[in-house]
Amino acid sequence: MSSERLAPGGSELALQDQYAIPAAEPVPAPEIEEEVEDERLTVASQWQLIWWRFRKHKIALVCGVLLVLFYLIAAFAEFVAPYDPNDVRGQYKYVNPVLITFVDPDGNFVPWPGVNLLTSTRDPETLRITYVPDRSTWYPIQFFVEGSAYKLWGMFPSNIHLFGVGPDVPEQTMFLLGTDRLGRDLLSRILFGARMSLSIGLVGVTLSFLLGVTFGGISGYYGGWVDMIVQRLIEFLRSIPRIPMWMALAAAVPPKWPIEYTYFAITIILSIIGWTGLARVVRGRFLSLREEDFVLAARLCGARQPRIIFRHMLPSFSSHIIASATLAVPGTILGETALSFLGLGLREPAISWGVLLQDAQNVQVVALSPWLMLPAVPLIITIMAFNFFGDGLRDAADPYGR
Amino acid sequence: MTLPTRTGGNMTLTTPGWTPAPPPDPPLSDLLLEVRDLKVQFTLDEGIVRAVDGVSYSIRRGRTLGVVGESGCGKTVTAQSVLRIVPRPGRIVGGQIMYYPPGGPAVDLAALDPLGSQIRAIRGKEIAYIFQEPMAALIPVHTVAHQMTERLRLHLKLSKGEARQRAIETLARVGMPRPAQTIDRYAHQLSGGQRQRAIIAMALVCHPSLLIADEPTTALDVTTEAQILELLLELQRDFGMAMQYITHNLGVVAELVDDVVVMYLGKPVEYGPVEEIFEDPRHPYTRALLRSIPKLGKKSHERLESIKGMVPDPYRIPAGCAFHPRCPRYLADICAEPVYVEVGPNHRVLCNRAGDPWQ
Amino acid sequence: MAVSAARRSVADGPPPDPNNLLEVRDLAKLFPITQGLFRKVVGHVRAVDGVSFAIPRGKTLGLVGESGCGKTTTSRMILRAFDPTSGQVLFDDKHLGWVDLTRLDESAMRRIRPNMQMIFQDPYASLNPRMTLLEVIGEPLLVNGIAKGQELQDRVASLLRRVGLRPEYVRRYPHGFSGGQRQRIGIARALAPHPQLVVCDEPVSALDVSIQAQILNLLQDLQQEFGLTYLFVAHDLSVVEHISDRVAVMYVGKLVELADTEELFLRPLHPYTEALLSAVPKPNPRLRRRGSVGGIDSDRGNGVGKRIVLRGEVADPSNPPPGCYFHPRCPYAIDRCKEEAPVLRELRPGHSVSCHRADELELVGVPTEA
Repeated sequence: MSSERLAPGGSELALQDQYAIPAAEPVPAPEIEEEVEDERLTVASQWQLIWWRFRKHKIALVCGVLLVLFYLIAAFAEFVAPYDPNDVRGQYKYVNPVLITFVDPDGNFVPWPGVNLLTSTRDPETLRITYVPDRSTWYPIQFFVEGSAYKLWGMFPSNIHLFGVGPDVPEQTMFLLGTDRLGRDLLSRILFGARMSLSIGLVGVTLSFLLGVTFGGISGYYGGWVDMIVQRLIEFLRSIPRIPMWMALAAAVPPKWPIEYTYFAITIILSIIGWTGLARVVRGRFLSLREEDFVLAARLCGARQPRIIFRHMLPSFSSHIIASATLAVPGTILGETALSFLGLGLREPAISWGVLLQDAQNVQVVALSPWLMLPAVPLIITIMAFNFFGDGLRDAADPYGR
Repeated sequence: MTLPTRTGGNMTLTTPGWTPAPPPDPPLSDLLLEVRDLKVQFTLDEGIVRAVDGVSYSIRRGRTLGVVGESGCGKTVTAQSVLRIVPRPGRIVGGQIMYYPPGGPAVDLAALDPLGSQIRAIRGKEIAYIFQEPMAALIPVHTVAHQMTERLRLHLKLSKGEARQRAIETLARVGMPRPAQTIDRYAHQLSGGQRQRAIIAMALVCHPSLLIADEPTTALDVTTEAQILELLLELQRDFGMAMQYITHNLGVVAELVDDVVVMYLGKPVEYGPVEEIFEDPRHPYTRALLRSIPKLGKKSHERLESIKGMVPDPYRIPAGCAFHPRCPRYLADICAEPVYVEVGPNHRVLCNRAGDPWQ
Repeated sequence: MAVSAARRSVADGPPPDPNNLLEVRDLAKLFPITQGLFRKVVGHVRAVDGVSFAIPRGKTLGLVGESGCGKTTTSRMILRAFDPTSGQVLFDDKHLGWVDLTRLDESAMRRIRPNMQMIFQDPYASLNPRMTLLEVIGEPLLVNGIAKGQELQDRVASLLRRVGLRPEYVRRYPHGFSGGQRQRIGIARALAPHPQLVVCDEPVSALDVSIQAQILNLLQDLQQEFGLTYLFVAHDLSVVEHISDRVAVMYVGKLVELADTEELFLRPLHPYTEALLSAVPKPNPRLRRRGSVGGIDSDRGNGVGKRIVLRGEVADPSNPPPGCYFHPRCPYAIDRCKEEAPVLRELRPGHSVSCHRADELELVGVPTEA
């Protein structure tokens, strides 16, 4: 602080301003305010305040952690999954989930999880070949075992898996969630499916976010006929029934396209309608913010429009937007699941929860191999987790809310 | 009657508005409302706020009590407690609110169930409440007629036609232009002054014995405010109604009320007839408040006297005398535990130095 | 270039008085009322209807009136927050000299903006809650290139000290401060670019009584120290009387009276002013009066008479009464008032009024304190 720049009895400002009427007498010292209490609160930025408020929502916090875990698993699916999801094992079709047991072949309790290997038997009534656990074989589950080779993200070769029964076992049959019609391990497929389903949610919402903020911002800031056109467009898009439109667009995607192209096409299709909700929210906030005193104060200071928009208006509702976006993710995930379930979104050999659920479409499967419906479980958990997390975020998002 | 003070002594409760040398207890037929050591707390995440911390006052029939204070002093919560409409998480944790209805037994309002039928019978019929913001009190989707007649039919069991007639008469009485047409309007179709008149009419329509008005003119223009104040005075005369008027505007207090309670951080710091409060304020806060307002007709452009510091955080009320950090005449040994000092007939001050002359 | 056009416009009328910093001439703002799908204009809200006044350098002009009178609209038009429908705003800028602000384009306006600042009414809405005090107060310095970096920090710190806050508060966010402190922050922000004119839009209305005094004292001190010129918009007449040198009274978009403070309050010439002064509750119980609705009391003497309580409501600016806007409520109205709108004319030196009967009426002002 440069107190030496102040002239005694006056002020530097008065000396410089030639229009000033010189001070008649020394002005009495101003009343210095008392200490503002709770230092911590007053130097906290917006994000810190949001975090503190968010922390109080235990459920939202737990869900947030859960979601992070899910995304980590999805990112490292090659490592986490015990088997290759595309590994077709003809002899192990429709195998029951193999339970984890704590009993060794001699019937003693072992404080470590392990699995029995499978042997085939012929069911006396239906003469079908079924696989049952062979209690005489018991192998402990090991962590960080060697298994099938893979390339993490297509780049980093390795063969270490998070858990498995190890390479010494004669037959790899640790099908913790059973197998599907081609003998592929369902657990591994679910873990890989997470990658597709969860990422489409994020990417789709990011696209919607960008479109929504841009259009909503333009609409709200400029008003007038720009606003009118954009709003009519939004209304038009929202009035189209969602699922039929998705279906129509998805059906137009050539089936011969490689998975990546299809992936992006589906993502774009899902975001086409999603952005409208965000755009409306952004527009509404812009419209109300335009009239706020602090925005006017910035204008009167001489700030230019870009600074007003990016420095003053956007930060005011960025937290709100993030909360809205978070709550939009489940819709996108469900959209992809629905499309793939109907056979119009991602298709084999792509793996997503919707594709997996396609296998569970007929009564035979449901009656005889109900474990094929298990992909619905992580789906439901993810949707609920996003909803709770998004709710908590939205409640915490406006620490300055009136 | 005597009541224990916070410090363990005794305080003599006298009724305001009496001429000197009154009998110690007022005849009960004149006393309408008596608040005794009321305590209301709000339990929040950040701590417990003692919004009202031992408030006592009384209102006689036909007289007006002004409750004065700045934001956070507890004046609104006190008034809300009378009708048990304190919002959660506020709770009455101590004290009594004795209401003496004409021709009926005394009842302690603080002990009633806030959702029960007893208090509901009193609300609107015997004790009415006017809010500061007229739009908040008027239901936007009902006409004025609906809201007024609802009250009449509920409390006085009038028929629809009788209720409407009486409502129109009351609207005319409060000076509403063209009452027979205005009664069928909605709240948003009325101007600010008209809305406030409608609220007052609704409050009066059952002829309550006590009207609690929470800053009813703060949101109005000064000429409309003058009209409403005139109206309130007239109505009070004609209906023989007592009034508890809450405000931070000392000018309105001077013009309207008979007795004044000055509140600071949940406690009444001074209590007395309006002339005494304005001419001989004994509490440093009251004095400072009176000296800090610019007064019309004072020709000087001198600096106003201001109270140093600011109102403390309600979670960190200073120990002992809550005002002491801002008080110009604080003496540590004398002012540690303030008690109520009687400095004149019906003039009480919560200050140990109230008797000392001002330099 | 816009500046030369603005300068030429100054020459269109009588030359401005060099003692004034600001001269407003016939300022008007009409808002169209539209109906129907295609927004057909069916009428106008005459928010500000031909207002003229001047503010002498280094002095304070109080602008009073009730809701809907147009005082806030006028004050914002002076700062070009939005554009007037017609009229001139002549400002003696310290660099550009006399210019008509209404003729400047936005980029030229930006050069002048540092010299005219505003203090807002709502201390909670006028500070961006997501910016630290350093950023809030430093913004005028930053966007106008006046200072940056360390110099900006020093100036912000000294501004904070000047308004009575600790300089260490620069890193804090506004939400930790009370209403009075926030208002001080707003004042510091307004002072940062060395303005000549400060428009105070009801700066103390939202504050507690005891804080009002602190802020009013601060404003007066700063005016004296920096030679500021204030336009003080308020509805509280006692505050206006305390701080203003001259007072302008507005009613439904028109200026009805303009005079030096003492003169206006002691000897008002317009019936509306008289009613306003009479309506203000005085904190003196001995002066307690019971008013007469719409009437005039004969008990004058030392001015302690009945309070004048006006009939009716404030006129509707979209559909004002014919002739004088005030005539339906005026206790002194005659037929001429219904037919002919009065003009603002200077009846006594420095005291203008817009009333047909101003020279014949004897109106009562505020009784002076004994």
